[in-house]
Amino acid sequence: MADLHVDFLGKRLAGPVVAASGTFGFGPEYADIEDLRLLGGISGKGLTLHGQPGNEGERLYETPSGLMNSIGLQNPGVQHFIDCELPAMRRCGTTVWANLGGHTIEENVEGVQKLCAAGVDILELNISCPNVKQGGLAFGIRAKDAAEVVSAVRKVCTVPLVVKLSPQAESIPEMCKAVEAAGADGISLCNTFQACAVDLEKRRPVFNNIFAGLSGPAVRPIALRMVWQAVGAVSIPVVGLGGILTGRDALEFIMAGATCVQVGTANFLDPKACTRITAEIGDWMDAHGVKTLDEIRGCARD
Amino acid sequence: MSAASFSAKVTAKQNLAADICRIDVALNGQDTAHRPHAGQFYMLRCWGAGETPVLSRPISVHAYDKNSDTLTFLFQIKGEGTQKLAALDPGDTLTVTGPCGNGFDAAALAAENKKIAVVGGGIGTAPLLQLCAELAENGVKPQLFVGFRDVSYGLDAFAPYCETIAVATDSGNEGHHGLVTDLLDAAAYDIVLTCGPMVMMRGVAKLCAAAGTPCLASLEKKMACGLGACLGCTCHSKIGPVTVCKDGPVFPAQEVFD
Repeated sequence: MADLHVDFLGKRLAGPVVAASGTFGFGPEYADIEDLRLLGGISGKGLTLHGQPGNEGERLYETPSGLMNSIGLQNPGVQHFIDCELPAMRRCGTTVWANLGGHTIEENVEGVQKLCAAGVDILELNISCPNVKQGGLAFGIRAKDAAEVVSAVRKVCTVPLVVKLSPQAESIPEMCKAVEAAGADGISLCNTFQACAVDLEKRRPVFNNIFAGLSGPAVRPIALRMVWQAVGAVSIPVVGLGGILTGRDALEFIMAGATCVQVGTANFLDPKACTRITAEIGDWMDAHGVKTLDEIRGCARD
Repeated sequence: MSAASFSAKVTAKQNLAADICRIDVALNGQDTAHRPHAGQFYMLRCWGAGETPVLSRPISVHAYDKNSDTLTFLFQIKGEGTQKLAALDPGDTLTVTGPCGNGFDAAALAAENKKIAVVGGGIGTAPLLQLCAELAENGVKPQLFVGFRDVSYGLDAFAPYCETIAVATDSGNEGHHGLVTDLLDAAAYDIVLTCGPMVMMRGVAKLCAAAGTPCLASLEKKMACGLGACLGCTCHSKIGPVTVCKDGPVFPAQEVFD
């Protein structure tokens, strides 16, 4: 049996699959469905310091091999998360990744301080949400803006700091280098791709914000290209995500150099996706005589 | 924390109308901790994770038979997902995830209310069969009011559980020619329970508000996970944002309608 564990920023992850933010609640939603101890971790629903109600109007739209969403960072706020969600999230038996976005640098700093004090395992700083007008993606386009917020957060972040990047960044390699230089311990990419749909009957955009975020298998090859670029640009670990649906998909990211992967949209098509993909990775490794992921990580680059 | 996800077998299929399909699914004693009650639903999928449509389809429990451990779903064939579900034949398998959501607490409703009206419209009548059955089981046979466009379907199944059944059709082909809300005297009931098109439920909620009669409405929304994880089905209610899939789908009408 292959050894699926991953050493990631001083944490021992039970497997290479982490549930992606925004697709897994805070974890307990899936506790009766699959064995969450087999996961590498759970990245919780994206938080903002004060919480927000999210977007009005349509929030979901299916495309060929993809899903568009416009949730708009609906979340209960950092304090509510710490008081009401974190205890149950901890009981899931896997690493707790708190995903935090902010409208301002000050909000990000305050949120990170609170989450670190509350004892989350990993802080995933989201500078990449395409569905809120302020903040979120505002830091995720230009490397200079990203570096500014990351270095401010770095000063107060006492747990491993992973920065989640947007595919809308002006240059993926430049963005990666900037957040590494600003003190990020790791990078995860990529968040959803800004996209658009029009309702023919209403003759209007489907989404109130006009644009929404596209995820799912439709984006996977582009996400993989960006992960490849990121791995080439920095020496900190890269978490690959974007449309991973099978163990083979996940292995492509790992062979491209990703330390581990996140699985998002697939949780909607198959609520057991995270554990199924983990098992499929193990099956492939067994069939190919691969004992640890270290043997194949980045092998496609050699 | 109450849903399970597993493969189950179709044991029967019947088309009640050109676009209305009923399937029976045997749970066969799987995951016995998870059995549904009225108003809950399952995410159904009989196509691969890589096939279209991307998302599974949320379908309410039409009936659950404890003796045979069989779920019955009644649904309208509207798009690709429901077409694929309707193409299932006895012996085929599908993935069911659920039971999802908070449904109706029939035991409490029957204990607290003597006169109950159940109001449904079109395919919104689907979850009301299990509701009427559970209410009857708990000692209160409700009065049923149902509206359809032209022809009713599935009403025979309701007869054993309802004190009366009144039908309205838009076309006048059957029963009252007009809206089902024309038939409802909300003041005559202790509570009204409803599921159907939003415009109908709004009308029911308005009548109930005017009469001072409590009303529970079962909502429907596009959803991705069915488990409260994606927040795709959020409803901005008077008590704040709520998820139709996990907090609902059944809500006090005053919280979700103006």
